[in-house]
Amino acid sequence: MARRVRTPRVFQTIWNTQGLARYLFLTGVLITGVFVVFALLAPWIAPYDFAQRSVDGVRFPKLAGASGEHLLGTNDQFYDIFSRVIWGARTALLVVGLSILLSAVVGVPLGIVSGYTGGWFDRITVFLMDALYSFPSLLLAIVFSFLLRNAIGGGILAAALSLTAIYIPQYFRVVRNTTVAAREATYVEAARAIGAPPVTVMRKYVFGNVVQSVPVIGTLNAADALGTLAALGFLGLGIQPTEASEWGYDLSRALDDVSAGVFAPAFWPGLAIIALITGLTLVGEGLNETLNPALRRRRLRPVVLTPREEA
Amino acid sequence: MSTVTASGSLPRYIAVRLMLVIPMMWVLLTMVFVLLRIAPGDPVSAAVGDKLSEDALDARRAALGLDRPLIVQYLDYLGDVCRLDFGTTISNGRPVLDIIANQGGATLTLTLGAFLFALVVGLPLGRLAGRRRDSALDAGIRIFGIVTYAAPIFWVGLMLVLFVVRFVPSWPTYDIATAETKYLVPDRTGILLLDAALDNDWVGVRDVLQHHVLPCFTLGLLICGVIIRLVRVNVIQSLKGDYVEAARARGIPERRVVRFHAFRNALVPVVTVIGLQFALTLSGAILTERTFNWPGLGTELVAYVTARDYVAVQGLVTFFAIAVVLVSLIVDIVNALIDPRVRY
Repeated sequence: MARRVRTPRVFQTIWNTQGLARYLFLTGVLITGVFVVFALLAPWIAPYDFAQRSVDGVRFPKLAGASGEHLLGTNDQFYDIFSRVIWGARTALLVVGLSILLSAVVGVPLGIVSGYTGGWFDRITVFLMDALYSFPSLLLAIVFSFLLRNAIGGGILAAALSLTAIYIPQYFRVVRNTTVAAREATYVEAARAIGAPPVTVMRKYVFGNVVQSVPVIGTLNAADALGTLAALGFLGLGIQPTEASEWGYDLSRALDDVSAGVFAPAFWPGLAIIALITGLTLVGEGLNETLNPALRRRRLRPVVLTPREEA
Repeated sequence: MSTVTASGSLPRYIAVRLMLVIPMMWVLLTMVFVLLRIAPGDPVSAAVGDKLSEDALDARRAALGLDRPLIVQYLDYLGDVCRLDFGTTISNGRPVLDIIANQGGATLTLTLGAFLFALVVGLPLGRLAGRRRDSALDAGIRIFGIVTYAAPIFWVGLMLVLFVVRFVPSWPTYDIATAETKYLVPDRTGILLLDAALDNDWVGVRDVLQHHVLPCFTLGLLICGVIIRLVRVNVIQSLKGDYVEAARARGIPERRVVRFHAFRNALVPVVTVIGLQFALTLSGAILTERTFNWPGLGTELVAYVTARDYVAVQGLVTFFAIAVVLVSLIVDIVNALIDPRVRY
């Protein structure tokens, strides 16, 4: 990693931002934080395991309403809905985090090399990435999950890899374009003038200056990836129910219940998806508005002048 | 495409744009082939491996040409696609083109209905929000736009079904028509709505239209959010234009200024975005079809993915890729027709 931005300064930048943006960002952090807590402490918060259908040898009721034993009721597979929602946070954050990390790890270096070297390599990569980008993202995820299912099954890793390909072009585009601009900058010229080989220039000079937009794209992509993961699950092509609890899969199971007028199995997992997507979007937009100097509007702070010392 | 820099006339622009279709198509088709054929695993045993003996599997492989070198298979694939031959499914021996002809109509009417709904709702709301910028109404419309875009489309669909089942129990919530209508309407065009109309079966038409309402509404909401945001921003921008000020100075009423001077110009980018949203709409359609048990291409694709049918998946994905390229071509040409700036 490049030099990391110190946390207190980031916090101060956010706090000094004008108007609503600050509160929206904090709301986003709060919502995301709650889900992170769910994910980390799932075994302690959730009363049952995600694949548990009975307790002490007594089978859970099917499609039961909310009660003391089952806070949000049970679904058509005898699972406890509340536990599935809590455990789902772990799956969602794990898959989304992994896929965003993987696509950044591929997309960022590819963008730097492509933008810095230029020439035919750059042209071909840009063309390929554009083609990948123009393809409907869900279709791409479906194709990848189809291929990966034969190779590595339907687990968390397979789901994360299916999503990775969708987001590589986004990092690539942004990083490549900033690299092209940075290539002509004086500091890069200076580095070349003192005899730095291309690899060093890319690693030490360009990298630190082009990665700044990555966290923003990352959080916004995370929101999108969460939706795509749930969509894959909903189509029955995502994570298998025995591997982990996944909200989209639970929604697909709830299709028939909905026609019968039973609302709990469909409502709660969906609400969790919306809440986490909204939280991540707010964090992403907030980061964009606070860290991007072009969009940032600082609020006015009272300035206390120190009394001038009498000569 | 912005890469077309040659100055000149409309026919020239269209010709250059048409020529760009070939490399775009080629790259997408190659991508589909590379993804689906070079991947590990054997298509035949994945689809029907547990049903047939080893000799029979070999015969199937030979029939599909899978025992030939990859480069031959690749050229063969490109040639077949040029002749609009998308292969025959392994699992149930249906030509993929038949699937497209039979099931494509349902997807087409679903998408068109959704776009119609999105335009009818999105354009006025976007205009209103842009005209009354920063009012409570604007805030409300913007939040509506964001929420419709952020909420998973299938969840919105499920909640709609719940609502309808509870309050209007007789309203259809799944499939494209009742079994009776499907049986009575003879197949002519592959588009059920059109077939029913051609057959003068107005009860059938009404039935099919009723079935369309919920799915089109659901998919339409997704597209509508994008349209609202775009029209709003464009109206705000064009209201700042000199020609709007000139119109106001001439004493033209504000309503007329917004409607005919600002709004019209704000519509040009909407065409572009509708084209760009095609990929989103396609993804949305796949999910909507699953939600409402809609007999369209998305349902077929998911079924064949589950059946591990390589040929069917490859054929359908190829078809979608071609659709993406063609829509972007049409959008560019329409754009050039309505906005002269594009072709210079």
